[in-house]
Amino acid sequence: MKIGVLKEIKDNEKRVAVTPGVISKIKKLGYEIFVEHDSGIQASFYNEQYVESGAEISSKEEIYKCDLLLKINKPTHDEINKLSNNQTLISFFTPALNPELLKLCKKDNINIMSMDSVPRISRAQKMDALSSMANVAGSRAVIEAAHCFGRFFGGQITAAGKINPAKILIIGAGVAGLSAIGTASSLGAVVRAFDTRPEVKEQVESLGAQFLTVNIDEDGSSKDGYAKVMSKEFIDAEMKLFKEQAEDVDVIITTALIPGKEAPKLITQDMVELMKPGSVIVDLASQQGGNCELCQQDQIVNHGGVKIIGFTDLPSRLPSQSSELYANNLFHILDELTPDKNGEIMINMNDDVIRGMTIVRDGEITYPPPKVEVSAASKPKVEKKVIQKPSIEKKSSIIPGSLTLSLLFLVGAFAPASFMNHFTVFVLSCFIGYMVIWNVTASLHTPLMSVTNAVSSIIIIGAITQISTTDSLSLILSGLAIFIASINIFGGFAVTKRMLSMFKK
Amino acid sequence: MNLELLNLESVRALYIVSAVLFILTLGGLSNQESSRQGNMYGIAAMSIAIFATVFGPQVSSNYGLLIVLLLFGGSLGIILSKKVQMTEMPELVAILHSLVGLAAVLVGIVNFINPIQEYFGIEKTIHSIEVYLGIFIGMVTFSGSIIAFGKLSGKISGNPLKLPVKHYLNLIMLLIVIYYGNEFVSASDINSAITSLTVMLIISFIFGVHLVAAIGGADMPVVVSMLNSYSGWAASATGFMLSNDLLIVVGALVGSSGAILSYIMCKAMNRSFISVIAGGFGTESSVASSDTKEQGEVQAIEIEEFKTMITSSKKIAIIPGYGMAVAQAQFVVNEIISILNNKDIKVLFVIHPVAGRMPGHMNVLLAEAQIPYDIVFEMEEVNDDFDNIDLSIVIGANDIVNPSALEDPNSPIAGMPVIECWKGGHTVVMKRGMSTGYAGVENPLFFKDNTRMLFGDAKESLSQLLTLNN
Repeated sequence: MKIGVLKEIKDNEKRVAVTPGVISKIKKLGYEIFVEHDSGIQASFYNEQYVESGAEISSKEEIYKCDLLLKINKPTHDEINKLSNNQTLISFFTPALNPELLKLCKKDNINIMSMDSVPRISRAQKMDALSSMANVAGSRAVIEAAHCFGRFFGGQITAAGKINPAKILIIGAGVAGLSAIGTASSLGAVVRAFDTRPEVKEQVESLGAQFLTVNIDEDGSSKDGYAKVMSKEFIDAEMKLFKEQAEDVDVIITTALIPGKEAPKLITQDMVELMKPGSVIVDLASQQGGNCELCQQDQIVNHGGVKIIGFTDLPSRLPSQSSELYANNLFHILDELTPDKNGEIMINMNDDVIRGMTIVRDGEITYPPPKVEVSAASKPKVEKKVIQKPSIEKKSSIIPGSLTLSLLFLVGAFAPASFMNHFTVFVLSCFIGYMVIWNVTASLHTPLMSVTNAVSSIIIIGAITQISTTDSLSLILSGLAIFIASINIFGGFAVTKRMLSMFKK
Repeated sequence: MNLELLNLESVRALYIVSAVLFILTLGGLSNQESSRQGNMYGIAAMSIAIFATVFGPQVSSNYGLLIVLLLFGGSLGIILSKKVQMTEMPELVAILHSLVGLAAVLVGIVNFINPIQEYFGIEKTIHSIEVYLGIFIGMVTFSGSIIAFGKLSGKISGNPLKLPVKHYLNLIMLLIVIYYGNEFVSASDINSAITSLTVMLIISFIFGVHLVAAIGGADMPVVVSMLNSYSGWAASATGFMLSNDLLIVVGALVGSSGAILSYIMCKAMNRSFISVIAGGFGTESSVASSDTKEQGEVQAIEIEEFKTMITSSKKIAIIPGYGMAVAQAQFVVNEIISILNNKDIKVLFVIHPVAGRMPGHMNVLLAEAQIPYDIVFEMEEVNDDFDNIDLSIVIGANDIVNPSALEDPNSPIAGMPVIECWKGGHTVVMKRGMSTGYAGVENPLFFKDNTRMLFGDAKESLSQLLTLNN
């Protein structure tokens, strides 16, 4: 089967769906790959690199003849019109927001798989391009903020005076938020983060940020793994917190999105006015209306010295990185689609992930898919399980102890003196053995076994004392005993020596 | 010819010296530096004991035969020890145990047909019990060790033998042994004593076979140390029978040593000794695996990606298991370590107490590959420290890195301490395929987000890493 990689035609789009790095992996699945001329050039992937890794460079017309088309941005009307007969297209689509576009696809047995409809279950993480792109966007948001911010992010003490680190508030600790936290703290800023879902606290703190909370007990997690809309009391408390923070921080990065809804307005005009001149706000929700009242799509607004950045193309601003991640996500999807590695795709509608992604099947709209329960949301249950750790068996040592004691007493009461002598020696030796062996380090347990094995051949003494006999059967048997015991003595000590000489510092 | 150079008192004195040296031998193993000296003490102790016995009053003839047998057996032993591969150590130890067991049986029988002195009354009863017990323990050690050897060397299937009524079978055999023990002690004539002894020999042989055959591969460390213990008790019982304190002392030392090792191994698996002896893991696991839900999907990686993961890490933990021994991969691992050290990447080894087929098996293999022992750590030393480890590489291990031991109270290995590598950065598991470990339990580690699987022969995959330099 032929795979075609289309060049992105959207304005300012620098990414490419497939990078040279994954070409060989895709070829291993049995496909032939054709890449549109100069597709990757803006992401620094050149035609020659594609050819080197085994792809062919073709014209747009040739690409449209392939069976499976790969791209990033949602297809245009024009692009959909070009699709025909059983072709399959994999790209972003956002079917919920593009119903007309979806209707156009009802034709010619075509299949459309939407990258943004991958269900958020843990096994689909490797295919989740939304997460990959959010990761890039979060990181880039910090860089954009640093670019507009007139100061260092990290603190310093210099001869010319002390420089305070920048204070950054990150709202929403999803993939983008966490990535922003990581980038900001590695630049040396003081990072605070807020999220309505209490379970992300640990992740936030692990990246070196402070987790801010409001004093209202409400869990913002929902079953699909995204945040949900909160109650009024909660929102009031939240807004109060943001207001306090706005006065204090230098940079705010907002990443709050609720799927299928307009982005919540979290940063109001009066909050912006409370901020110091020179402060920066980066609004990652600007595509869906923005978290900041004053945000405008794809623009930098200057409101009384506070810059509000509303770029929607942040992933494309790190084109090589985003392309690479997207290409990897695509590869994992292809891997799922070709279970037999025979270069033929198989759209298995019983597979949750593939079912979720497939929005058009054989020219029929199959969106929305039936609900899938998300594993991330059931996390608290898992944690509970961990708490009830299976206990390590502990048995009372009183019973065997007292048993041994009474046994010893019985033996002492009835056995003759000669036996008691030996028995005393025996018990004391067991005890010495017990004390000595506990000191042996675990790494020497094998040498311990081989040396004790040699040592236990002390039984040879018994055989030696029996050899001076005239009885031939006894002679044969004790001779045999001496023979095998000496194998053991020499073998045991020699192999222990060999082993121990290997232990070197 | 009579070479009776020493009288009874000097023999006794030498025995005391020998016993002390034997204690020092075991004491010497408490660390690597003193361990070589410990072994020398052992050799000295054994030489003194044999010397004292040969030239003591109890040996008066057949010196030539004695020396020939000693030298012949000894050279055979040395050849054996030179030839053995370090991966075969468990087999060697098992077969050597069987020799001790057999020697104990032979010495017991000789003592029975040709007793050194006559006993009367209660002393006779006690002596008979000692003989009987000594032969019994020796025989069980002998046959058990042979089966253990077979299992370890792959000559016999490693799966536990599951007879439907095995517990009753063991019980019945023990009762028969006890019954004939009574017959033996109270036997009025030599013939009925011989009958009892013969029956016991047969039954205890079967008993030893069945005891070990019922135990699965993963429990082998317990079995090997248990047999080690038995060989000690056999020597001790022989000591009682011959009224020889040196044998009693040394046998007791070895016996308790083996018993402690078995205890440590059982604790490392959070299983009681009884349950290990009573049967393998396999019995419970079938229930567990049937109700395991789909756990998600594993993420495989290619060698190139693995290389980048390695070179971008600062601290790497290697977790070896029995699979490393099978693939003989320890030498390649050492070469890789030196490459990594040149790149300033820290490497450490984490060893689970029951990794491998006998206690300390992994340590010996690593030592053989000249991996310095100060980068080899025990599980407890590293478990709390996985935050600082960027990458864990699991080579041929499964159950010892299974998180369900801690998380799932219904898991057959619940409560077993495991190496918690999933708490670190990433884990790469090198495995042949998706089969379960000896315990037959699914391993959720493979499905974790930060786990990648590298399928294929461990040694081959590792060899490909040698090109990291370029």
